[in-house]
Amino acid sequence: MAARKSALTLGEAPFVSGPQAIDPELAQRLLSRALAQGGDFADLYFEYRRSASLSMEDGLVRAAGGGIDMGVGVRVVVGTAMGYAYAESLDPAEMMRAAETASQIARAGAAVAPVAIAPRRKGKSVYPVEHPLVDLEGAARVELLRRADKAARGHDRKIKRVDASLVAVHKEILVVTSDGVMVHDVRPMIRISVSAVARRGKRSESGSSGGGGRHGIDYFDRITPEAHGIEAARVALINLDSRPAPAGTMPVVLAPGDSGILLHEAVGHGLEADFNRKRTSNYTDQIGKRVASPLVTVVDDPRIAGSRGSLNVDDEGVTPREHRLIVGGTLRGYMHDRISADFFRMKPSGSGRRESFRHVTMPRMTNTLMAAGQDDPIDIIRSVKRGIYAVKYSGGQVNISNGDFVFSLTEGYLIEDGKLGAPLRGVNLIGNGPAALRSVSMVGHDFVLSDGMWTCGKDGQSVPVGVGMPTVKVDQLTVGGTAV
Amino acid sequence: MPRPRAIEKTLDRLADIATRSLEQLRALGVDHAEIAVGSGSELEVGVRQGEIELVKEAGSSGLGVRVVHDGRVATSSTTDFRPESLAVFLARAVEMAQVSEPDALAVPPSPRALVKEWPDLDLFDPATDRIGAARAIKLAISGERAALRADARITTSEGASFGRSSGCSVLATSGGFLGRSAGTYQSLVVQAVADDEGGKKRKGVHWTGGRFFGELESPVEIGKEAARRALAQLGATKMPTGRYPIVFDKHAARAIVGLVASCVVGDAVYRHRSYLAGRLGTAIASPIVSFIDDPLVPRGPGSRAFDGEGRKVRKIAVCKKGVLNSYLLDTYSARKLDLRPTGSASGGGGVPHSSTSNFYLMPGRGSPEALLKGIERGLFVTRMMGFGFDATTGNFSRGAEGFLIENGELGHPVSEVTVSRNLDELLRGIDKIANDLEFKTSIAAPSFRVDEMTVAGS
Repeated sequence: MAARKSALTLGEAPFVSGPQAIDPELAQRLLSRALAQGGDFADLYFEYRRSASLSMEDGLVRAAGGGIDMGVGVRVVVGTAMGYAYAESLDPAEMMRAAETASQIARAGAAVAPVAIAPRRKGKSVYPVEHPLVDLEGAARVELLRRADKAARGHDRKIKRVDASLVAVHKEILVVTSDGVMVHDVRPMIRISVSAVARRGKRSESGSSGGGGRHGIDYFDRITPEAHGIEAARVALINLDSRPAPAGTMPVVLAPGDSGILLHEAVGHGLEADFNRKRTSNYTDQIGKRVASPLVTVVDDPRIAGSRGSLNVDDEGVTPREHRLIVGGTLRGYMHDRISADFFRMKPSGSGRRESFRHVTMPRMTNTLMAAGQDDPIDIIRSVKRGIYAVKYSGGQVNISNGDFVFSLTEGYLIEDGKLGAPLRGVNLIGNGPAALRSVSMVGHDFVLSDGMWTCGKDGQSVPVGVGMPTVKVDQLTVGGTAV
Repeated sequence: MPRPRAIEKTLDRLADIATRSLEQLRALGVDHAEIAVGSGSELEVGVRQGEIELVKEAGSSGLGVRVVHDGRVATSSTTDFRPESLAVFLARAVEMAQVSEPDALAVPPSPRALVKEWPDLDLFDPATDRIGAARAIKLAISGERAALRADARITTSEGASFGRSSGCSVLATSGGFLGRSAGTYQSLVVQAVADDEGGKKRKGVHWTGGRFFGELESPVEIGKEAARRALAQLGATKMPTGRYPIVFDKHAARAIVGLVASCVVGDAVYRHRSYLAGRLGTAIASPIVSFIDDPLVPRGPGSRAFDGEGRKVRKIAVCKKGVLNSYLLDTYSARKLDLRPTGSASGGGGVPHSSTSNFYLMPGRGSPEALLKGIERGLFVTRMMGFGFDATTGNFSRGAEGFLIENGELGHPVSEVTVSRNLDELLRGIDKIANDLEFKTSIAAPSFRVDEMTVAGS
């Protein structure tokens, strides 16, 4: 087991160590070039990404992959306008060219001088990793997949096929801004996925499981590959007995954990400040107003140890904090990047994120959570005469402007007379964000953070996010099944 | 149209890098390798309320490699083309293969199967790269202005954006294939917003795009149509739960055809991730339904003159008059299924996989309006949301927006409902197809009608 401990504190990225390391003086020159025609501020985003991946198909490691991607993005901001360019190397001439291209946004203004750069001392990481998975030797990584594969197959003879994959990433970023910030962050990420196909007679059904986050090898001590294998097999087997879901409006009980994607879709996106700055969100001008049932408190918390959405520092160099979005049903605030914070005259909340150095920043969620309530989860299910118990999801989507959201279940059950009944297939839930949150009538005391699986897409950019919530009862949602 | 000299020069340079890399890999003793090297440039501008929001301009390049060493496969990619860095990179890729396990099926096409000549599909517009930021901004602004001026009820816009990209790439394989290609693409999008009752906003989106700048629709038309779409949704409500005939307009129809596409590619079939596995030669749709995959459409958004393994490509009738006629197969999935490859590989430089090129539903004769005829009460779907599709079983359920159909005519706008039916049944239920197919996207469809689906609403 080879783990490079030095990576923890120093970093291996060429822009922080070695002959190509970016010193404050070079950074200053690049920022001066970027602001040569004026502008409110400029920043540099250096990124280094080393990955190692494996895919196993039907018990065979079909391919090993991996590589290094590196570059720097240069941004110049004038009001709410942004000039952006990037270079895929640390060659000073290429970086300078990118700075010049980005500077074109500020046409013929007076040059602005960046503030002297003060490298920021690092605080304690919320995702320290002692033994990175990316450095674990190949055979040991294969063994992790093999364990998952074996567990899924061994779970039941009806499991006919298992596929699994493992991705490990070591990412480092360095943000330098024209207002003097210079900050470095090491961002590990791992993800295991297992999917299983079960067959009985002519009927085939699939199930999947996965997890990870900003963890090292130790993740698998807590949640074993076997656990993911068995979980994938369990869902596939349950679906063999599933029957058509009902269609119509009824109460829905959301199971703890993964149901947090409801929050992410139903309210999260609408509270990203760019949509509100543009007045295109259905939460525009709603701060201080009641937007949900008094039982609902929603936070976006970037500081959860090891969670997939966590950040020590955002992609604009801002140290993020927990933000309370909805407290007791009242809307308290939006999530800001620097541009929207400036527009609303707020402090940036540390929500500026981007997919890579090839992309511009936007306000994004980190880990979006609903706080636990008082109810016993068993009482919540017992309170439903006829409805749906929603457990696992394949994904969701929201229309920001009208607040309509939809999400698709991969595991769900009918609730009849307060008891869980038959598993259902093809369940889709559709609703309106504010309407759904207003009809939350019970909130459990059983908060669960979802194991890291979710990737959020916005304007063509994907970033990892976390979600979590307790058991929640929504009095009315539309269930899109086929049985009328 | 011949490609500009500068592009040919870039292609020469990329071909040189690819050839040298292959030589190094041969010296390292690999069984087989593919190298894909590409370079491109992009410009993206965004405007909102007449003001510039974003100007992004950049060039990028990359090299991807797949090596097969002692039957073991590894893939990797880099953007660092300096000779000494490339040498280290290639050696690492070969080393990485040791982690994999020997896979007897991971073999390249036989040299005889490699294509030597291919047609010019006219995919490169020399005008594209000449569009500067100032012109792009003008186009976006005029699209947005047309939307904002279209109607007083359009209260704002989520902006308009114009993007252009061009790219060159070379695919070289140790089997002796060397293919050069270059292409361009540009698009304009306008998003208009109208305020509705209860704080809801209605957004209308419309766009134009294509490989040739001259083929784009005028920004003013795009803006007007975006506004029309936002206004048409004002006052949208749910409709009662029930079973109704459904008409999908060409945009929504495309999403359904995309699901079919995901189930006819060989990878999905051999992985049991397709409800169409084992269905070759059987009826999978109503007799008026034919699905075609055609890589050779001139100026087509999904066109390719050779596939990702260097095989010859051809037009394939995947489904003919309702009968499943062929899957789309690369070498690996064909071997897995004991069928012949169809030249449908993409992903050269990574693990090749089967994919569609230009995949479409064959158009019928009547106009889209004629689809409504005879429907007493139904739903006309213009937009779908969510990911409610299980490829293994074909179960389908997605969020939908559109209009009520009453006595053969469009009525009140509808939103916040779902439409559901197993895809296998849905395709058998297609009873009319319109003539409005257009090749704006690599997956395309004309509007069509389904006899019945479940709508969940109020």
